[in-house]
Amino acid sequence: MLMLLNLLEITKLSQNELPLPYHTKLDSLSSRPRWRARDDNQASTMRIMVAIKRVVDYAVKIRVKPDKTGVETNNVKMSMNPFCEIALEEALRIKESGLASEVVAVSMGPSQCVDTLRTGLAMGADRGIHVEATSVLYSLTVAKILKSLVEVEKPGLLFLGKQAIDDDCNQTGQMVAGLLSWPQATFASKVVLDKEKQVATVDREVDGGLETLSLDLPAVITTDLRLNQPRYATLPNIMKAKSKVIKKYTPQELNVDIKSDLEVIQVTEPPKRKAGVIVSSVDELIDKLKNEAHVI
Amino acid sequence: MMEKWRITQRLLRHSSKLLFDRPLNRSASHISAFRFASGHRETFVERGLGSASSIKYRRFGSAATEIQRNTSFSTLNVDDISYFKEILGEKNVIQDKDVLLNANTDWMRKYKGSSKLLLQPKTTNEVSQILKYCNSRRLAVVPQGGNTGLVGGSVPVFDEVKSCHVIINVGSMNNIIAFDKVSGTLVCEAGCILENLVSFLDDQGFIMPLDLGAKGSCQIGGNVSTNAGGLRLVRYGSLHGNVLGLEVVLANGDVLDMLGTLRKDNTGYDLKHLFIGSEGSLGIVTKVSILTPLKLSSVNLAFLACKDYFSCQKLLLEAKSKLGEILSAFEFLDNQAMDLVRYFWLEKLKVLNHLEGARNPLHSSMHNFYVLIETTGSNESYDREKIEAFLLRSMEDGLISDGVLAQDINQASSFWRIREGVPEALMKAGAVYKYDLSLPVEKMYDLVEEMRLRLGQTAKVIGYGHLGDGNLHLNISAPQYNDAIFAQIEPYVYEWTSKHRGSISAEHGLGLMKANKIFYSKSPETVQVMGSIKKLLDPNGILNPYKVLPYLLSSYH
Repeated sequence: MLMLLNLLEITKLSQNELPLPYHTKLDSLSSRPRWRARDDNQASTMRIMVAIKRVVDYAVKIRVKPDKTGVETNNVKMSMNPFCEIALEEALRIKESGLASEVVAVSMGPSQCVDTLRTGLAMGADRGIHVEATSVLYSLTVAKILKSLVEVEKPGLLFLGKQAIDDDCNQTGQMVAGLLSWPQATFASKVVLDKEKQVATVDREVDGGLETLSLDLPAVITTDLRLNQPRYATLPNIMKAKSKVIKKYTPQELNVDIKSDLEVIQVTEPPKRKAGVIVSSVDELIDKLKNEAHVI
Repeated sequence: MMEKWRITQRLLRHSSKLLFDRPLNRSASHISAFRFASGHRETFVERGLGSASSIKYRRFGSAATEIQRNTSFSTLNVDDISYFKEILGEKNVIQDKDVLLNANTDWMRKYKGSSKLLLQPKTTNEVSQILKYCNSRRLAVVPQGGNTGLVGGSVPVFDEVKSCHVIINVGSMNNIIAFDKVSGTLVCEAGCILENLVSFLDDQGFIMPLDLGAKGSCQIGGNVSTNAGGLRLVRYGSLHGNVLGLEVVLANGDVLDMLGTLRKDNTGYDLKHLFIGSEGSLGIVTKVSILTPLKLSSVNLAFLACKDYFSCQKLLLEAKSKLGEILSAFEFLDNQAMDLVRYFWLEKLKVLNHLEGARNPLHSSMHNFYVLIETTGSNESYDREKIEAFLLRSMEDGLISDGVLAQDINQASSFWRIREGVPEALMKAGAVYKYDLSLPVEKMYDLVEEMRLRLGQTAKVIGYGHLGDGNLHLNISAPQYNDAIFAQIEPYVYEWTSKHRGSISAEHGLGLMKANKIFYSKSPETVQVMGSIKKLLDPNGILNPYKVLPYLLSSYH
């Protein structure tokens, strides 16, 4: 088992995250038969579903709308949430190692979510699902929609990013696992599948170090930053993605009511940090600490 | 840091070796043009004094040239300093050794001056008073901005024997004066750091028409004075097109107010152009009015592989016609450059033990050329469709053998890091001879191939640069500096460039390094007129002496 795991590791590395001098070494490796599911006669039929969210690009400086109703998204570069990219990459690697047969990417929101899904398809997802909704979707609604889609698609694994970088909720994965009554592993930094036993072994990053969980499939896994490094979309794959199918749903068709129990009252920028002052003496410093900062 | 230091040492050691190959009489007016950064001086003493009482010249990767110290300059005295203190105030007249050490040394640590005085004026009037005084006293003046130049244009020289140089740094003149959102015209003082202007404009929804690696230190006055190029030139053109007006102080202290904000103004000679790219030799730029483009939200970046240089050229032509108005950068590097960057990353990886965005976007290493194409536009879906269609078409036509398209800003920056990592990787690789040439695009890579033939196994020849602008950065990398290699490179590279009507300095300027090489790119008649202009505007030759023009034309005894 240990040897097999090592091989899987190397296969992962060979994707494209290393500078090329390594590749020469790895090319010879890839000519060896790749590790596939143990029972080679029976091709894997597991489907993996990955939720991907369209967010303001992480390198963009966030601006609050003048009317304080939310964050400005007009004329702002939008991209796939980085944690979702990692989730998708992991699903693709599992499929490439022969442990899954299909990767389905799901996105929810306005029509431009199709662009994000196209990125997912160009990375290698087999097909996409777009749940079109114009109003704001909160975690619970998203979890409910995902639950409905899981009932339609019947995946063996549901991958999500641990959180989206726009609202930083870190709730959806947990909620959908609860709604489905599936086991969950959040903040995954390593995922190993045993197809035969129908078990996923997941390392999660916790305050004290690493925690290893063993989950029965089907399960929900949310991904952390160090799990993998997502691949780039190559031109041939962008070309292939154009003919892949994106199926559209409305929340109504999935029997989900998108009214929310939450109301956003106001969105404001964090207060600007005040400039420091230079004090001229220790006495002045003590005075300020005592009477202004009230810390001593 | 240590590594950088070591490279500097190596570089300097080489330079000093070259220094001693041309004997000269020892006299006050025939003294070595340059002093060296610390540590290097020992070599000078050891060899220079040891070799039978002769002082010889150093050459900086360029053929040796005799520069005589201009004897007509006066020596800085106590009265001068108190006069400056009177007009600028005590704390803007700097004589502190540590501060002066930085102001006297260029960014590459290749040139070192020994000026004893640095002035930091706050207003145009102060600059005017300083220059008027220096002109009457015949004190030499070096205008300085961020001091990030690559050709030694911003450091004082020849001050070893008597101190006659005053450095004027306009860094304290850093106010933004006005910004008009309708026309996009920015008016600011010369000492504004480029990056500060970029972030000011970003809040207004605009960008600077130029972008370069030194943006965190370089100042707009210096950018204008050196006509800095950079990555966006293919889209927005040079500063000759973007600068709408200037305020300049002449050598005699007269202030030329040409600070217009108009796009069109055909009234007489457009004198501001004389000060764009003249490297502070005709006047000191104190205020700049510049046209800034709107910041567009849709940026796409593709990293592509081509099998030969001909494909790169065809791809450029195709990009110009198919991407047209949205094309904003077209850069290239050859596989030698790519190998260096990869090797550099691998080394870095060992040290840092993480990936640092170092992945190669393309799977195979078998490509000969790599091209970066950036588009900037206003409509995301339209631009995306356009660049995808262009890329797929080029792939079908066989112009591109492989490629990736950035899906977010993070991926885009990691592609840029490959292109921008080349100079750094070259510095790490050992000795490097750098040339910045403008050449007709179809001839550009021939030079790289010819140099490979000339040098054979002795050195690596690397070609990269701004293909869209016809600007080749030819770099020759060797384990160490070597006279035999140097003799194979110069003057051949300059002659070749001249033969193909190219420019021996595309964007770096002439400075001190190439002042005497100007004839490779400009006719004697043209240079003569330049000399007359210099004489007219700076009759005492006090402004940035020994730079830009050949010595005899810029100094009058």
